[in-house]
Amino acid sequence: MSNLSRRKLITSGLWMTAGAAGLGVAAKLAAKYGLVPPDHGGLYGPGETLTYAAQRLLTKHSMAREFSRDKISPRPFQNELAPLTEEFKKLQAANFADWKVTVDGLVHEPASFTLADLKSLPQRSHITEIACEEGWSYIAEWHGAPLHAILDAVGAKPEAKYVYYNSMEPDSWDSIDMDDALHPQTFLCYGMNGSDLPVPHGGPVRMRLPRQIGYKNLKFINKLTVLDEAGLKKLGNGCGSIACQYGYAWYTGI
Amino acid sequence: MATSGPAQAIVENAVTRRAPIVAAEMPRHTGFIRMAHWIFALCFFALLLSGTEILISHPRFYWGETGNVNTQPLFKIPIPSSRKLVPTGYGYTLPDQNGWSRAMHFEAAWFAVIIGFLYVAYGLWTRHLTDSILPKKGHLTLSGLWASFMKPLRWQRPAPEEAASYNGLQRIAYVIVIFVLFPLEIWSGLALSLGFMSAFPRSVQLLGGHQSARTIHFFDSIALLLFLLVHIVMICLAGFRSRTTAMITGRATATKERV
Repeated sequence: MSNLSRRKLITSGLWMTAGAAGLGVAAKLAAKYGLVPPDHGGLYGPGETLTYAAQRLLTKHSMAREFSRDKISPRPFQNELAPLTEEFKKLQAANFADWKVTVDGLVHEPASFTLADLKSLPQRSHITEIACEEGWSYIAEWHGAPLHAILDAVGAKPEAKYVYYNSMEPDSWDSIDMDDALHPQTFLCYGMNGSDLPVPHGGPVRMRLPRQIGYKNLKFINKLTVLDEAGLKKLGNGCGSIACQYGYAWYTGI
Repeated sequence: MATSGPAQAIVENAVTRRAPIVAAEMPRHTGFIRMAHWIFALCFFALLLSGTEILISHPRFYWGETGNVNTQPLFKIPIPSSRKLVPTGYGYTLPDQNGWSRAMHFEAAWFAVIIGFLYVAYGLWTRHLTDSILPKKGHLTLSGLWASFMKPLRWQRPAPEEAASYNGLQRIAYVIVIFVLFPLEIWSGLALSLGFMSAFPRSVQLLGGHQSARTIHFFDSIALLLFLLVHIVMICLAGFRSRTTAMITGRATATKERV
């Protein structure tokens, strides 16, 4: 193995320097254009970043596939639920008349929305597939208030980068970037297949993100907070989602 | 070259003594091919491991757009599941490992795709693909292919001269793996991504729907696994040490072939 000549060493050294410099520039550019996910650290950080960056470049404005009515699954699968809390049961007993979603953070007018308030916003519907990271899926018609309408109502500030959302299910919260928050198919969803959203499917209100996996579509939403980069870092584990604690990714367009 | 006397004799001696060894040392694989091979092998192993782990969370397959435990599966894999609500017939649930499995699967897929593209680009640039991988006219005789097929079945080791290049059967297998099975695996994998399918809906429709894409992804991975198993058996038959050394150092001596 005497072929490691000086010339080879110098050229490979140059290549490595060029490669390192290239990676450095790429990282700077990616950060500048919002292509780095909050969970970009660790062993799987490079993979998460490549996936998120590639999808943001390709799918910023793409629309989730919508289906005709005859494609709606006759028996949508209700996934496992944590036991409902006493607080939830009390609200449920009153038919969610006292249910509220509060919106705060980087907004001009923090507000809270009852179910009636949400329903008074222009209703939007789409027939889309919900797919679980396990592999199964079903199609339903979803009705709700587009999240952008809610953000408009409270006046999200220009420095907003993420929207945090909290579920009444204990220890259940997540966040999305503004591309997804302002996407026309992203709903605070309160209806399914023509009726109120059933509790096993997340009623009265669930986050509906048809371009992301099921676990990102949290059930029982009661709080939204508009955040910037620093605000998101301060939350919990700093990677924007409780799911990261269990090894799950923040971005689930894949 | 005005050397004379004992010094010249030593030089000549050295040259003649070395010559047969140099001739027997056939250059096998270039540095890039060796590096690509081992990075890819590592990625393949990671994809296999994490893919199996993800499969365990829902060992049921469907055809068409949707499928879940409320719908009739195309078939089930008779293994326990890592999810309580999947009916498997086993009285227990395996631990959930999907978090790191998904992260590993996608990261390994990225590296595999990147190295795969570099491999094809390198193969076209250096003509490695056209000269050593694509079958030539002479390779495609039925009798020749049949002989190549039967020889390992009779557990006959390849002759030393066969180590220098791939036979017709090997070339056909490599072409199918590189240009059919891997592209289909990448395509069907991407067609499972909600983000990707929103940008390229046709990619899912052409495969028959989301769940069809998942089923195709599974069968393609089985085909790739079978190729890997045959690949390893063939290496054992040809001489595990010499072939593996060749893929690590780039060299193998023909005389060592039968060791």
